[in-house]
Amino acid sequence: MTARGGVTPGFPDLGGLAVARRPFWGRWIAAAAVLTALGLILKAFAEGQIEWSYVARFLTAPTILSGIVNTVVMAVLAMALGTVLGIVVALMRLSQNPVLVACAAGYTWLFRGTPLILQLLLWFNIALIFPTIGLPGIWSAPAVEVMTPFVSALLGLGLNQGAYTSEVIRAGIISVDEGQHDAARAIGMGRLTALRRVVLPQAMKVVLPPLGNEFISMIKTTSLASVIQFPEVLHSAQNIYYANSRVIELLIVAGFWYLAVVSVLTPVQMLLERHFSRGSGRTR
Amino acid sequence: MNTPMVAFRGVHKSFGSFEALRGVSLDVMPGEVMCLIGASGSGKTTLLRSVNQLHPIDAGGIWLDGELLGLREEGGRLHRLSEAEIARQRSGTGMVFQRFNLFPHMTALGNVVEGPLRVQRRPKAEVRDEAMALLERVGLGDKAGSYPVALSGGQQQRVAIARALAMRPKLMLFDEPTSALDPELVGEVLAVMRELAASGMTMMVVTHELGFAREVADRVIYMDRGAIVEAGTPAEVLGTPQEERTRAFLSKVL
Repeated sequence: MTARGGVTPGFPDLGGLAVARRPFWGRWIAAAAVLTALGLILKAFAEGQIEWSYVARFLTAPTILSGIVNTVVMAVLAMALGTVLGIVVALMRLSQNPVLVACAAGYTWLFRGTPLILQLLLWFNIALIFPTIGLPGIWSAPAVEVMTPFVSALLGLGLNQGAYTSEVIRAGIISVDEGQHDAARAIGMGRLTALRRVVLPQAMKVVLPPLGNEFISMIKTTSLASVIQFPEVLHSAQNIYYANSRVIELLIVAGFWYLAVVSVLTPVQMLLERHFSRGSGRTR
Repeated sequence: MNTPMVAFRGVHKSFGSFEALRGVSLDVMPGEVMCLIGASGSGKTTLLRSVNQLHPIDAGGIWLDGELLGLREEGGRLHRLSEAEIARQRSGTGMVFQRFNLFPHMTALGNVVEGPLRVQRRPKAEVRDEAMALLERVGLGDKAGSYPVALSGGQQQRVAIARALAMRPKLMLFDEPTSALDPELVGEVLAVMRELAASGMTMMVVTHELGFAREVADRVIYMDRGAIVEAGTPAEVLGTPQEERTRAFLSKVL
């Protein structure tokens, strides 16, 4: 027995001793294995039938550059349309109005339930169903002129994205504490103000990581629009290799640009997430 | 005879088959500090939230400073007010929640100026000065730029009180304001409330702090099963309770 607050003798003082580092054998072995594998792959590609000079030449060809610009522009616009639709549909889904709830559910069901490539083809060929489109008495135009590859791709990608985004945003809104709604209402906020000032900013914290994920996915999904002649980067690469038969070289060029764009977006997403996690205590 | 700041007449409220309020009638006079006590499920929080229309009542009426809440009488029938009209009525009362419910993405100052700026649309400079003065008043002038996550529970609750006061309310509602606090932080919040009571604010306080009720309240209401069992001065209700149920409750919590 020892006195109150006292300690039993016989335990050595460890204060002066340094902790020795354990050798990390596993890391050295793994690194060696990975380097060997990488070396073999590089060697195979270097000796393979790839004309790297073609890759270098077409990397900055005007058609390819305008293709990647089209890819990025389409991804941004389709994502913007998808996000706006997503917010509207999520709010409809969460509203008290059974008609709106049913509409939202129907929209999600339809656009998530059919392949995107099929939707793109439908939009592009909609002139087969409706030769002219427009608002009766106000404006109308031949569908073939309106439904350009750009418009069809934007509608197809945006509407499809909206169906997925609405679920992401609904999850974000649900994740906001009920007390936040009470507090917003208690200071006299209307439903829309509360949504804009209190609920959505907090939902963003939950919504952004999956939304960034969807955006990165969208960059690559735009390549599907090549089937409806939208001149995005894969379509441009294909047009070139139909002419010169350098299939692999041009696919490598397109692949390079997709990777480049995605690499730039990843840190942008990080910055956005940091902005919306203000006050959460997890700012890193 | 003064008009009551809040008048409850025959207020009923059910959640599904659970009757939370069974015909409560009560007056809260201007400048009065009323403490509501009772076991959980007794209806005291429901009564408080019904003043702020955080849920609509099923029957009866509540008048705030003479104005009927949530309803309008016209052509011999009652009509529900629009969301915007209800929001305007709500802004006349300040509410402080058990779990603070500060907006986590705004600083302490941001929380306080939000209502006056976005709801009342008062001029920015005036709102800012008044908000700073309110933060000083609750002893947090140096925390204006802090986010809620960086504040202790007691500090958060004091910011929440400042946020409610920034709307220049006629009435302050406190829903167990110290129940979620560590014991050593209860005192600072009660001190702010005591100062507020002394300044003449009309207050309805749902609380388990019987010491605070005894010291600050003008009237104590004991509620059980959705009804008022006993009402009177703190000395009457807490000191010499007349009802058996009040005595049973007090013997459990004291």
